[in-house]
Amino acid sequence: MSIVSLARFQFAMTTVFHFFFVPFSIGTAFVVAIMESIYVRTKDEDYKKMTMFWGNVFLLSFAVGVVTGIIQEFQFGMNWSDYSRFMGDIFGAPLAFEALLSFFIESTFIGLWHFTWTKVGKGLHLFFNWMVVFGSMTSALWILTANSFMQHPTGYVIRHGRAEMADFWALLGNPQLHYEYGHVVLNALLMGGVIFAGLSAFQLLKKRSLSDQNRNIYKKTMRIGLWVMLIFSVCGIYLGDKQMIYLVNEQPMKFAATEDLYKTTGDKAPWTVIGFADTKNHQVKARIDIPDMLSILSYHKTTGAVKGMDEVNQELVHKYGAKIDGNKVDYYVPVNTLFWSFRFMAGFGTLIFLVALIGLFMTRKSSQYMYKHKWTLWVMALMTFTPFIANTCGWLITELGRAPWTVYGMYTIAQSVSPNVSVASLLISNIVYFCLFLTLAIVLIALIVRFLRNNPTDDIDYGYSAKVDPFAKEAF
Amino acid sequence: MSFLQILWFILLGVLFSGFFFLDGFDYGIGMAVPTLAHNEAERSQLIESFGPVWDANEVWLITAGGAMFASYPNWYAALFSGYYLIFFIILIGLIIRGVCFEFRAHSPLEKKHIWENTLAGGSFIVPFFFGIVFISMIKGMPFDAQANMNAHFFDYINWFSLVGGIALTLLCYLHGLNYIALKTVGPIQKRAQQYADKLYYVLYAGEVIFALLLLFQTDFLRVHPVATILCLVLIVGFSVCAHLSVRSDKEGLAFIMSGLTMVALVVLIFAGLFPRVLISSLSPKYDLMITGASSSPYTLTVMTIATCILLPFILAYTIWAYWIFRKRVAMPRVSAASK
Repeated sequence: MSIVSLARFQFAMTTVFHFFFVPFSIGTAFVVAIMESIYVRTKDEDYKKMTMFWGNVFLLSFAVGVVTGIIQEFQFGMNWSDYSRFMGDIFGAPLAFEALLSFFIESTFIGLWHFTWTKVGKGLHLFFNWMVVFGSMTSALWILTANSFMQHPTGYVIRHGRAEMADFWALLGNPQLHYEYGHVVLNALLMGGVIFAGLSAFQLLKKRSLSDQNRNIYKKTMRIGLWVMLIFSVCGIYLGDKQMIYLVNEQPMKFAATEDLYKTTGDKAPWTVIGFADTKNHQVKARIDIPDMLSILSYHKTTGAVKGMDEVNQELVHKYGAKIDGNKVDYYVPVNTLFWSFRFMAGFGTLIFLVALIGLFMTRKSSQYMYKHKWTLWVMALMTFTPFIANTCGWLITELGRAPWTVYGMYTIAQSVSPNVSVASLLISNIVYFCLFLTLAIVLIALIVRFLRNNPTDDIDYGYSAKVDPFAKEAF
Repeated sequence: MSFLQILWFILLGVLFSGFFFLDGFDYGIGMAVPTLAHNEAERSQLIESFGPVWDANEVWLITAGGAMFASYPNWYAALFSGYYLIFFIILIGLIIRGVCFEFRAHSPLEKKHIWENTLAGGSFIVPFFFGIVFISMIKGMPFDAQANMNAHFFDYINWFSLVGGIALTLLCYLHGLNYIALKTVGPIQKRAQQYADKLYYVLYAGEVIFALLLLFQTDFLRVHPVATILCLVLIVGFSVCAHLSVRSDKEGLAFIMSGLTMVALVVLIFAGLFPRVLISSLSPKYDLMITGASSSPYTLTVMTIATCILLPFILAYTIWAYWIFRKRVAMPRVSAASK
């Protein structure tokens, strides 16, 4: 095992695990803020109970999101020190801004929101909630600014043997960032809707004797969740489409791989719905094609050739050379992983849209079909898990599709790794992280399941309610 | 060396000071949960006393890390890769500490002790190993001209770094006790003060040993005699002030003084390093200097502007948050401590 492969495995493992919770927190924070807004607006106590109840699920996921996030910041220096030296001038600033602008707001206001239900007025408390949403949504902006630079470098010069920032606004003006940020953050909001709609379905399924009030709260949650799902799945699909069209020109290798395309197509490009790439012989087996469809997907018109991986590889060899630092490189990316990741991601995205549309129809006041039939509730409940898969697939496409680069066209993965970290150290940290993540995941799921034995109207006390001594003098 | 380079060297010191001043007491209380509290109600009381603020305090560390990456990428790269396993252990400590609050709150009564002990373990690991990092760092580490460190076990763990780690842990513990005295009422408040009163004698011994080792094991006295002596005097002086404040029931003053003790320690480290950021034990010509480790003037300018705009807001709402939670936390009724 080489340090590069171990460091890559660690990066994949820690980011994927972290990214289970990032959109989870962004999305649930947002939906909880909507619930609380409705409460403040209507003064309907049901919405307060709903907010507090689902707020607990948000807080649990947030806790795991925070702690797994710290790893990300440290591991660039730990595992990728040469990358940090080469890119620190550009890459460090967004990370620092993320902490200064977003993390401080997020973590200060989450503390305020969590512990001041009885201390401050409704409006102020709602303000705390939206500040948490603001913090979490801007944190995504900064980290994606850094990632977008790696996908599509802008506003830099190569000086003193490293990449130096030449124009800060060019980092923020990066078109890659606009597509990527929109895509990620809207799908994170979507995830909040899916989680709460799905968990409400679970609650309605497993509780045989629910009070009318609780049943009502779950139904209202379902409606909010479904609306969020519908609105943001439309946005998500629209931006995903935009991003793919952008990729056709900017990262043709990534695009061709997501479509299993080895040979450049004719003017009418057929779209491979499913297929298995034979990476040795550069052929696609067991394929089902739809004629002309790829031209439509790529250019929104019925004609237009799409470059295949073989041609793109030749172009890249011509542009960057067949050797980098004396190591032979080819520019192919893991085709099958990208192809199937794309299908799962886009497939679940479309499914969520359809479920939201039909779900809204089935839960309208005059129908209530969904609540009367177990199978519809089961479909809704199982949807809870789909965003996790779709999000992971999305990141696999983005990150694996950039191979062999860490910074596109500039710096390779092999150049980036820490030269002085031993295989043993990496092996130990990989194993321990794996066990730790497994434990965290099991505990988190167990605690959420345990929590969901409660209902919103239960008097839930976690030892946090204000127990200040009214007669003691104040500390400050 | 430019103004901006010096400014960011100082700002990193400020960020680490903020981290130890604020998150320092979180680790102290974390360690106090199983060692100071006598029953579940008291443990709840302790966790409530800092539950709302610990997360924001930890952001000082994240900001310090991000700012180091941005302003001194070569320092960040050399330090984090060179101390691979130590930072790995610190990360584990931060992770297991961070999840305890929510996990404990949602656990049944008979399992809460798991998270209380995990909290204490994580709260011990972080300051102890940060002490190891900083103290072995100022002693000098074996790295080459590319600042790639290849160190052995005893480069990281030696008498000097162990004393540093224990002293920093003890400082955090005392800082936590002073916070408990400030923020709680009831038997635990008095007990915290009694503990602190005794532990300050141990701290004095530790500080003397630390100062002696520092004078012999580092070149600080030779390079910066005035600053080194001044900082050492301040460290002891603040400790004595904190101790006297504890004895005269001035909880607020004691808390500020124990915080300043740690700030003085950070200042000692940064002042002694200047104008280097890392000291090579192989050869002085490999030393990583401020001039060689920093970012470009453009990046430092961008960072400076952003910090000038954002820092006042951060300080303002941080103070506001502490103000909202200004009440002392009483012991919860046992029945209400958990569900």
